[in-house]
Amino acid sequence: MRGPRLTFEGRQFERGELSLLDCLLGQGVAVPSACRAGVCQSCLMRVVGGEVPERARQGLSATQLARRLFLACQCYPTDDVEVARPDSALESHAADVVAVRALSDDIRELRLRPRGPYAYHAGQFLQLRGGTPALQDAPRNYSLASVPGLDADLLLHVARVPGGRVSGWVFDAARPGDAVVVSESRGNCFHVPGSPARDLLLIGTGSGLAPLQAIARDALRQGHAGRVALFHGSRLARGLYLGDELAALGAAHGNFHFQPCVSDEPATAPIFAGTPLDAALQAHPDLGGWTVYLCGNPAMVESARLAVFLAGAGSAAIHADPFLPTASTTT
Amino acid sequence: MALYEEIGGAAAVDAAVDIFYRKVLKDARINRFFTDVDMARQAAKQKAFLTLAFGGPAHYSGLDMRKGHAKLVSQGLDDSHFDAVMEHLGATLKELKVPDHLIAQAAAIAESTRNDVLGK
Repeated sequence: MRGPRLTFEGRQFERGELSLLDCLLGQGVAVPSACRAGVCQSCLMRVVGGEVPERARQGLSATQLARRLFLACQCYPTDDVEVARPDSALESHAADVVAVRALSDDIRELRLRPRGPYAYHAGQFLQLRGGTPALQDAPRNYSLASVPGLDADLLLHVARVPGGRVSGWVFDAARPGDAVVVSESRGNCFHVPGSPARDLLLIGTGSGLAPLQAIARDALRQGHAGRVALFHGSRLARGLYLGDELAALGAAHGNFHFQPCVSDEPATAPIFAGTPLDAALQAHPDLGGWTVYLCGNPAMVESARLAVFLAGAGSAAIHADPFLPTASTTT
Repeated sequence: MALYEEIGGAAAVDAAVDIFYRKVLKDARINRFFTDVDMARQAAKQKAFLTLAFGGPAHYSGLDMRKGHAKLVSQGLDDSHFDAVMEHLGATLKELKVPDHLIAQAAAIAESTRNDVLGK
């Protein structure tokens, strides 16, 4: 009887007595690893066929589990499995531009309709990677602003980058009917239902609002009962957007609160004068038991991560994607 | 029973890591040594340290410890800073109501890394 077979990038291996990590390393496949004790998560991989044992999933977050990630060093499969690097072999999907809408002077909503089924979680991002000459060899990551089951199309918030090729295309050239290619969705920064009573804090700047408002709408759509507090910041008032839509969402859901913030020019109520992090901590100084989502300017995300942790949010309850949209260049 | 099981295993590490790391970050004597890499990676490191101190499966050799802290030693990491970390380890376990004799065992394991961490 043969042992369980392991498939990776089209190659097949017999695992023998080794962990999946050691099996791959033994075959010359470079997989990052460090503690080999299931703690450091350096060796995260993704299962694409079959199932890995429970032990290989211990200690992972709900969002990591939903992406079918597992720890290679703790994985001793008993059945055949196919695995991939967490971000390798991203599928491509054809889609068409349906509309381009101005959300502010510097942000456009790009509405795309995939030609086939497209699975994603609210808050994830995709790569816009071609289909039209302007996008060739200029892959760009954009957060999804849409919510599956709520929005029929994929929505992206594209910020104008001075001299930017892709944002220039969106602002000046994209027309309904243009063909594009997008990657499958990625990212760990999304809402996982199952804790409907937890309070959710969402802090973002610029077009970092895109995934955060999607996560908020997704949670509310699923009947989230805890508070959902969204703080959006911009240096200048003209960088704020979606204010009317989010105010309407607040009117429809008593547990949702939206707070726009302006940091670099005077602001009067209802706009908060200061950063969205300051506004959030002023309103919610004790974040014990909260789940926090951060997106936008990288410096803001890093300082907010530390500040919300010191305010009591658990390190496993703070979500921020390493991918940060073009928010750092918007005002 | 082995210390790791007696103290509560992985669940105890999870319960301790945020309390411990928050104490470290709020301590002006030592927090500068803990802010040079991003927070998620730092939290994973604290988790590995606590797993080790609790007698758990942490495969770090003395050499790993030396290499991992050499840069900090060159920035002035010394016994006073190590003492501060030991303080926070003890206070964290007390806060979690771990019995004193287990705290002493965990402290002894952590203490055994002192020379490697400080590059002595």
